[in-house]
This record gives sequence, C-alpha cells and structure tokens, in this order.
Amino acid sequence: MEKEKHHIVPYKIYFYILIALITFTFMSIGITKVNLHEYSVLGAMIFATLKSILVLTWFMHLKFDQPFLRFMVGFVFLVFLAVIFITFLDYYYR
Amino acid sequence: MQTVTQIPHDVSYLDYKGKYKGIFSWIFSTDHKRISLLYLYSMLTMFTVGVLLGLAMKLELIAPGKTIMDPQTYNAVFTVHGVIMIFMIVIPGLPAVFGNFMLPIMIGAKDVAFPKVNLLSWYFYVLGAILVISSVLFGNGTPDTGWTFYAPYSFKTGTNLLPAIFGAFILGFSSILTGLNFIVTIHRMRAPGMTWMKMPLFPWSLYGTAWIQLLATPVIGITLVLVALERIFGIGVFDPTLGGDPVLYQHLFWIYSHPAVYVMILPAMGAISEIIPTFSQKHIFGYRAIIASTLAIAFVGYFVWGHHMFTSGMSGTAQYTFSILTFLVAIPSAIKVFNWISTMHKASINPEIPFLWAVTFIFVFMIGGLSGLVLGALATDVYVHDTAFVVAHFHFIVFGGVGFSFFGAIHYWFPKMFGRMYDKVWAKVGWAFFTIGFLTLYSPMFYLGMLGMPRRYYDYLPEFHAANILSSLGSWVMTFGLLIVVINLFRSVKIGAIAEINPWNGKTLEWTVPSPPPVENFEEIPVYGEKDGPYEY
Amino acid sequence: MEHVVQHSDPHYDPEASKLGMWLFIFTELLLFGGLFIVYSIYRFLNPEAFQMAAHELNITIGAINTIILLVSSMTIAMSTSSLQQKNKGLTVLLLEITIMLALIFLINKYFEWGVKFEHGIWPGSQHLINDMGQGEILFFGLYFVMTGLHALHIVIGMIIIIVALRRVQKGTTHADRPSLLENAGLYWHLVDLIWIFLFPLFYLIH
Repeated sequence: MEKEKHHIVPYKIYFYILIALITFTFMSIGITKVNLHEYSVLGAMIFATLKSILVLTWFMHLKFDQPFLRFMVGFVFLVFLAVIFITFLDYYYR
Repeated sequence: MQTVTQIPHDVSYLDYKGKYKGIFSWIFSTDHKRISLLYLYSMLTMFTVGVLLGLAMKLELIAPGKTIMDPQTYNAVFTVHGVIMIFMIVIPGLPAVFGNFMLPIMIGAKDVAFPKVNLLSWYFYVLGAILVISSVLFGNGTPDTGWTFYAPYSFKTGTNLLPAIFGAFILGFSSILTGLNFIVTIHRMRAPGMTWMKMPLFPWSLYGTAWIQLLATPVIGITLVLVALERIFGIGVFDPTLGGDPVLYQHLFWIYSHPAVYVMILPAMGAISEIIPTFSQKHIFGYRAIIASTLAIAFVGYFVWGHHMFTSGMSGTAQYTFSILTFLVAIPSAIKVFNWISTMHKASINPEIPFLWAVTFIFVFMIGGLSGLVLGALATDVYVHDTAFVVAHFHFIVFGGVGFSFFGAIHYWFPKMFGRMYDKVWAKVGWAFFTIGFLTLYSPMFYLGMLGMPRRYYDYLPEFHAANILSSLGSWVMTFGLLIVVINLFRSVKIGAIAEINPWNGKTLEWTVPSPPPVENFEEIPVYGEKDGPYEY
Repeated sequence: MEHVVQHSDPHYDPEASKLGMWLFIFTELLLFGGLFIVYSIYRFLNPEAFQMAAHELNITIGAINTIILLVSSMTIAMSTSSLQQKNKGLTVLLLEITIMLALIFLINKYFEWGVKFEHGIWPGSQHLINDMGQGEILFFGLYFVMTGLHALHIVIGMIIIIVALRRVQKGTTHADRPSLLENAGLYWHLVDLIWIFLFPLFYLIH
C-alpha cells in the first residue's frame, strides 16, 4: 500500500472553516435582501457554491485525498451541470 | 467458530462446503462466483416469464382483431414484458452474471471489493422482482402503462402500479450497488503489474458501464418516487392540471433510460471483444481505440436522451441538439465494429460456437445500429415514431445485442464456470434456429413500421396481415432455438465432458485457473510482468 | 505507478471503502440532482409564483437550521481527528453532540412543517389546490418532497452515526481502523452539502 499519510487536521482549522461557512450563509441572506432582481439567484448560488467547495475540500478531506478522487467529484458535478444545461435547451427555447 | 478457516485451493467453488448447507450455502454465500450463478438462475426464471409474454403477444398479432386476448390484457402483457425484460434481464444481464463471475478472475483478484454488498444487491434484485410480480397477482389489474410509466397516465391509471414502480426502484438500487462494487474492485484490486492499459476489455467495458449505472440510475429512482408521490398525494410535479409538465417526466425518465441502453450494450460489446481475439488467435486490433470508444459511448450516451422525445413537443433547439449528439454516438460504436472485423482479418479463425454467436452479434448489431440512425434523424423519426419500426430497432439492439452476446458469453465461459463442456453440435443447431427465428421475427417489423403500423396495439389493419404472420412464425422458430440452447447447456452442467483449463487457448487470466475455479480463485495472486498482456498470442 | 495490495483475510482496505462511500455519495447527489432539475425548470417557468410562495417560509428558522447543520458537520469532522489522536472520550463526546444537533434540526423541521399544515398547506390539500396558483402548488410540492427527502437522509445519517458511535465505544473502530467513522462523516457532510443548496433555493427568494 502507498504510505498512506493519514493527515490529521487540527481542530482549529475546522473551526475556521465553520466560521467561514457561517459568514457565507449570512452574506447569502444579505445579498438576497438587496434587490438585485434576476441576479439575486445568481448571488445566492455563488455563495452556496463557495460553501460547498469549503465542505468538500476540508470537511470531506478532498484536499488530502488522491487527485483522482478530486477529478471524479469535479466530473460528477460537470455531468450534472451539462444535464441541466441540455434540459434547458428545451425549456428556454420552447 | 471464530477461528479463521483455511480455505482450500483444490476444492472448486461448486463443491466447497462452507458454514451453511444446501440452499443456504448458496443464498448466504458471498463468493462472487456463486452470486453470479444465483443471478443466472433467477434471471433465467424471469426470462422464461418474459419470453412467454412475448410469445403471447405475437400469437395475438397473428391475425387482426381479437385472437387470444382483449386490448386491456394486451396492454398489461406488453407492460410486464417490458418491465421484466428491461429491468430484470438486459440491464443486470451481463454485468451481474459474467461481470460477477469473471471480473475478479480476469483482473487477478480473489473476490469483488465488497462481497457482502454484492450479495445484498442480489437480494435487492429478488425483492424488486417479487414486487413487480406482485403487481400482476394482486390489486385491481396489472399495470398497463408500458415499461416507461409515462405521466400523466401513470398516476391516472386505476391499475396496481405502485408495486411495479417500487420494484423498478429497488432493481435500480441493486444495479447501483453492483456498479459501485465493480468500480472499487477495478480501482483497488487489479493484480500487481496489471496497469489500466493492460486490463482486458471486458473489465474495461464493465468499468464504463458501472459509471453509467452509478450516475444515471438515481435519476430514475427519484423520478419513480415522484410518480409514486403524485399517485399518493397529488403533489402536482407532473400533473398538467396542477401546473406540472408531463414532458419533464419524459426528460427525467430518459435521462436514465437512455444511458441504460448503454448499460445493456457496453458489457455485451466487452464480451464480444474477448471472444473475437480468442477465436481469431490474434491480438485484438486497436486495444486503446476500443477502450476510448467504450468511455466515449458511456459519456456521450449520457446526453442523448432527448431522441426518444422528438414528437413530444420539445423546442427545436433541443431537438436538433439531441439529434446531433445522437449521431455522435454512432462513431465510437462503428469504431468497435471496425476493430472486431480488423481483428479477424487474416487470422486463422477457429469457428467454434461462441465465435458464431459473436459474429451474428455484429451482424444484428449493425442492422440495429443503422436503423437507429433513421430514428436519430429528425425528419425520418417523425415518420416512424411509435411504429413497429421502433420495436424492430430496439429488439435488434437490446435483444439482438445483449441476447447474442449473452449466449456467446455463456458458451465461451461455460467450461470455466461449470467445468464441463456442452454438446457442440446441439449448440450449433440451437444457434441456427435462434438466428433464423430472430431475423424472421423482427425483420418484418421494420417493413410494417415503414407502412405505418403503430406499436402497442392488439389489433391492426388487414393489409399488415401477411408480414405479421411471418413475424409470429419467427417467434416460434426463435423460441425453439432458445429451448435447444438452454436444454443443451442444462444437460451439460451434469453430464458434459470434463472441460480443460483452457479449451479455447485464451490468454486472459480466467484461463489460468482450474475449471471450475477454486473458492478464492488464485492460490497465489498472479503478477503481470513488463511484457505480459491480455491478448499476447 | 499503481500499487495495489491484496488483502486476504480480513479484507480491510480503507482506501477501497472510502472510494465506495464516495461513489455512493455520487448516487445520492444525482438523486437530489433529479429534484434540482425539476426545481430549476419549474422556477424558470413560474418565477413570480415561486417568489410569492417563498414568503410563507421563515428565513430565520431556515438560517438557524443551516447553522445547526454546519456546526454538526464541524463536530463530526473533528471527531475523525480526535479518533486518530486516540482520544476516545472526545470522539464519543463529539459524536454525541453531532447526534443532538441532528435531532434539533429535525425538531425544528417538525415545527416548520407543522406551521405549514396549520395554514392548510400540504401536498394535495384543498387550500393549496383551490386558493393558490399552479406555481405555488409546484413550489410547495417540491418544498415538501425535497426537505422531506433531506430529512429522511438526516435520519439515515443519524443511524449511521449511532452505529459508528457504538463501534468507537466498543473499540472496534479505532485509530487503525477508522473507516466506519470516516464514512459516516462523509455521509453526514453530504447531508450538509445538500442543505447548503436547499436553503437558498427555498428560503432566499425575494
């Protein structure tokens, strides 16, 4: 087996991540209070994406895992986005 | 008994006496080979039901008007035939039987990564099958929606649809777990030295398949849940009277069910890619191209679902996008066919029975594939949509593709799986009848579809009569051939001649272990050297 | 170069079980993915109705639940660290906190749904069908399905965490065999991940 360096993440890092996540949560609430019309969804989704990246990299340890796992996660998200995009080709132009 | 028992290496998996006795030594076994046979026998049972239903439909269509059943029964028969054949036979087909049996051996492993999960997925299979059958036996009427469960009819029909839907859901779960197991097995358990580019092509095809199973099946899972919730609570997501869009149901359904076609055909192609080089006694032509085309089919196949919906009222943009993407899939499929043919070129071919099945596979697959282009092109699809042409097309691909490959694979690996050889003369007779019957059964449907005979009707206009008689005759010839094949194999399990370790002179790892293989396959895990490869003749 | 090791007996390969868990997470993501597709299509078709209907939801409760889940994600992540530092007591404590937080989330959800029911809003209710537009019916249909399925995943996650907790207490899950706890953690983060998207999509439409 490859020398699996089991990386032990210090508690304080997890705590910093939590603080960042909560901050992003409040920022996403804030941005939807401002009247941005159709862009408010975009704003909220950007913060949700940032939060999910934090959860994936730190809480779910992707940062310390083998690269192919990161590749797979990215691949799955891209496939999903492509499916949504293609579905919208129907609804947007109907 | 807590002591670790030493598993003997001179006892075959069929004779091994484990903790349990009798039937329990099978249904509690986590040995991938026994699970494979569990799948084989349960599938054979369901296949028998499916074939009988198919025969009944062909008998009904032998003459216009009511022959043996009324319209409602006919609707129920084609629904149950579809659900059984799609969800219980062709989707799990090659992965669950031959994937389970051969994958670990071909990559030099003792078992799959999660043997218990493997057994669990068989239990899910049985549970799903029982649920589907229960929808036939109990409640007020057998489901009559077709295997597609199209909304809004699927939540309006008074028939007993819920068990069938949950059955399909659970069968999906079984499929997911098998795929998950295979991916991890391939990633983690290849023999030392067997790099990705030295892995045989059947495992490669299972790898592509497993990814589709993993990423597409959940979508149908949630879609079926939504239909069930629609039936129970009326949440409105697919109900046009409550604002829902039934076409969205079709999108979600085909987001799974089109890739499912590749779940069926990729392992079938993988098995063919094993059979052809063995009986050509030659290195497979374009090993890397076949791998690339496998992955390309799996990937592009994920984005072509809309070609089932050209007449549902999609936007024009979506229609031509789907049409273009559909044509793209034809390219890697054709690459495979060219590679198989090139492998046979100037080879000293040994025309044994598995090879005959494989060559017929290529033949029917090409007819099916080329007729698929007719359906993938927008203009012609509008003309033949929902006619017998479509039925002919997908039976050539799904039954022709998977069926011929399955029978090729079982004749190829039978000596390894059971340690016996079947009667080769009868095997050829069965193959001949099956092939002739198959072509007689489905070819007329192309013609009928072009004339405009719609599918899913128990009745037709008098001018379609002659071709329908021919088609029904074909169904009997094909079933006769099927019987010969199955009986021949069954007899050989008991009384066939003892098979050698390597009857076909194959080069992949399964031909290095005894026939039938011992419980943990290898006494010592094989090591692949620098020069070793799966097809070094 | 690939290095692959065969484990004869006991078949223990932490990398394999982690990969298996990730693959399972992918299927879960696509399961919710199907619902997100439905949601995005219907929101695109009924933008105003979705906005009106969203006013029924309480942002404060949604935000509290978000924070609860985020904190629980942190505690279970910390528990994997403490397991590796061989601090069994702290691991158990962190897992117990996680389970408590999950329970609080569910209780909040229970009251939140209860308020909807009091207002006569549930799938197929007369009030919904007679007095509301089609967009609102779809919004609430999806709201109940998506948050309901998410709540179901919370329950499943709690069960997995309880099993992991037991194993840690018994000592069968420890620093050298942490897979069960790590996989429970991964599953729990998945539940968190889905909520991260559910929250803005249902509560933050204005």
